Amino acid sequence: MTLHKTPAVVEDGYAPSERRIARERYRRGRTRRATAIAATSTLVTGAVLFLLITGSPGWTRSKETFFSAHYARVALPQVMEGLWLNLRLLAVCGAAVLVLGLLLAVARTLRGPVFFPVRALATAYTDFFRGLPLIICLLMVVFGVPALRLEGVTTDPVLLGGGALVLTYSAYVAEVFRAGIESVHPSQRAAARSLGLSSGQALRFVVLPQAVRRVVPPLLNDLVSLQKDTGLVSIAGAVDAVYAAQIIASKDFNYTPYVVAGLVFVALTIPMTRLTDWVTARMDRRRAQGGLV
Amino acid sequence: MSTAAGTAPVLRMEAVRKSFGTSLVLRDVDLEVAPHTVTALIGASGSGKSTLLRCANLLEEVDDGAIWLDGEEITDPRADADAVRRRIGVVFQAYNLFPHLTVLQNITLAPRRVHGLSRAQAEVQAGELLERLGLGAKADEYPDRLSGGQQQRAAIVRALAVRPRLLLLDEITAALDPELVGEVLGLVREVKEDGMTMVIATHEMAFAREVADQVCFLDAGVVLERGTPEEVFGTPREERTRRFLRRIVEAGRL
Repeated sequence: MTLHKTPAVVEDGYAPSERRIARERYRRGRTRRATAIAATSTLVTGAVLFLLITGSPGWTRSKETFFSAHYARVALPQVMEGLWLNLRLLAVCGAAVLVLGLLLAVARTLRGPVFFPVRALATAYTDFFRGLPLIICLLMVVFGVPALRLEGVTTDPVLLGGGALVLTYSAYVAEVFRAGIESVHPSQRAAARSLGLSSGQALRFVVLPQAVRRVVPPLLNDLVSLQKDTGLVSIAGAVDAVYAAQIIASKDFNYTPYVVAGLVFVALTIPMTRLTDWVTARMDRRRAQGGLV
Repeated sequence: MSTAAGTAPVLRMEAVRKSFGTSLVLRDVDLEVAPHTVTALIGASGSGKSTLLRCANLLEEVDDGAIWLDGEEITDPRADADAVRRRIGVVFQAYNLFPHLTVLQNITLAPRRVHGLSRAQAEVQAGELLERLGLGAKADEYPDRLSGGQQQRAAIVRALAVRPRLLLLDEITAALDPELVGEVLGLVREVKEDGMTMVIATHEMAFAREVADQVCFLDAGVVLERGTPEEVFGTPREERTRRFLRRIVEAGRL
């Protein structure tokens, strides 16, 4: 990637040389060529896909079943209403998962024999809940807990389903955090400890900030995945975006509501991804010296 | 360039200009490095020594001016940067050894993956270099288990293993204690004996005086003074060079 910078410093007496002007003209030419090639290949690919799909024998029927404007209009308000549940679940579960995951990861990195039980418990937890299929975990919690008929324990499928999501996802996220913590070079810890910081302080002020920054992309991955899995609470009867779509679809045998729900989910994740990309890129720029090779 | 091969400069810079944001780091720098000679770049921190080396290795793109390696313009946007870098070795201040590879693997990486040597060939060659430079016993150690001096020597061997045409050394002793400095500089002296062409950015004035054929004093991105070590250290013409050298002498480093 080439950036075309105009001379940042207009020094007295300095004028770009012929050589520089020729070089920049050449680079601009290359950029134009690359852009033209990219645009052409995008157009060609798009056209081929379009012709392939619209030319297929079942296209008119599929179009009616999956892309009906009428059903899209009917489904959108209900899907959006269901989506509100997904969003609330995502916000609450996401926060809980991050906190619990971080605690688990830190517990696993504690040193010293005193902490053996803590380490062992955290390890057992991640091993178990990472291996347990989410759907089974959900069924056990959502139907198992109410079956116990305990006094004062909720039977609300949304709360229980959310709990099950947190159980599974915190195990995933703990491993992501742990990988980040272990990727920080031991010399950083040594430097922090040598300044007199306690083990906990070294973790809090030196290791974790570096670790968390490195694992932002995989964390986002898990959060997007969580966002989609919030739909699974519908197995207990809570109406989320997917379930709302399903209700309409099964009434009229038209699948457009599913397509609408799918697009809504995609539309949700894109701004989140762009935001984290932007934040990490900005952090990199502030840190790096010189150019990238 | 009509001069006969052998005397034509290995590296030539003409009016090289480079700025980062609003700070102008190199201002119309000219430099010629003849084959089998050592050029020492001296000057205060921030005077542009490191940037000059990074430009020569195409780690930075120059704003203006041109750089030639063996008569070929490497700052031409059509030049193949990887091919240029294959002919230039670089040793960094912070060693930059790969911590996940042993010393031997660090050294054989480029010969095997870039220059197409077989593993056996590369290892024999690396083994000989390590042996000769006193690191034979450390071939299978990981960098983090070596002392600073050993790491820096391993980094020099890594740069030499591809038989570069030109070696750039960027303040390679700045992170070492005096005892280890001697060990690393001894190695550089040996490399010079072998006829390697080098450009060295350094704060070790005594070393620069002894080993260099040409000394360039950089000040605020300009080569303020250049000449033989006798000229620059003995009879500096510029007031600022004199002031810089006086400070160095006061610090007991010359």
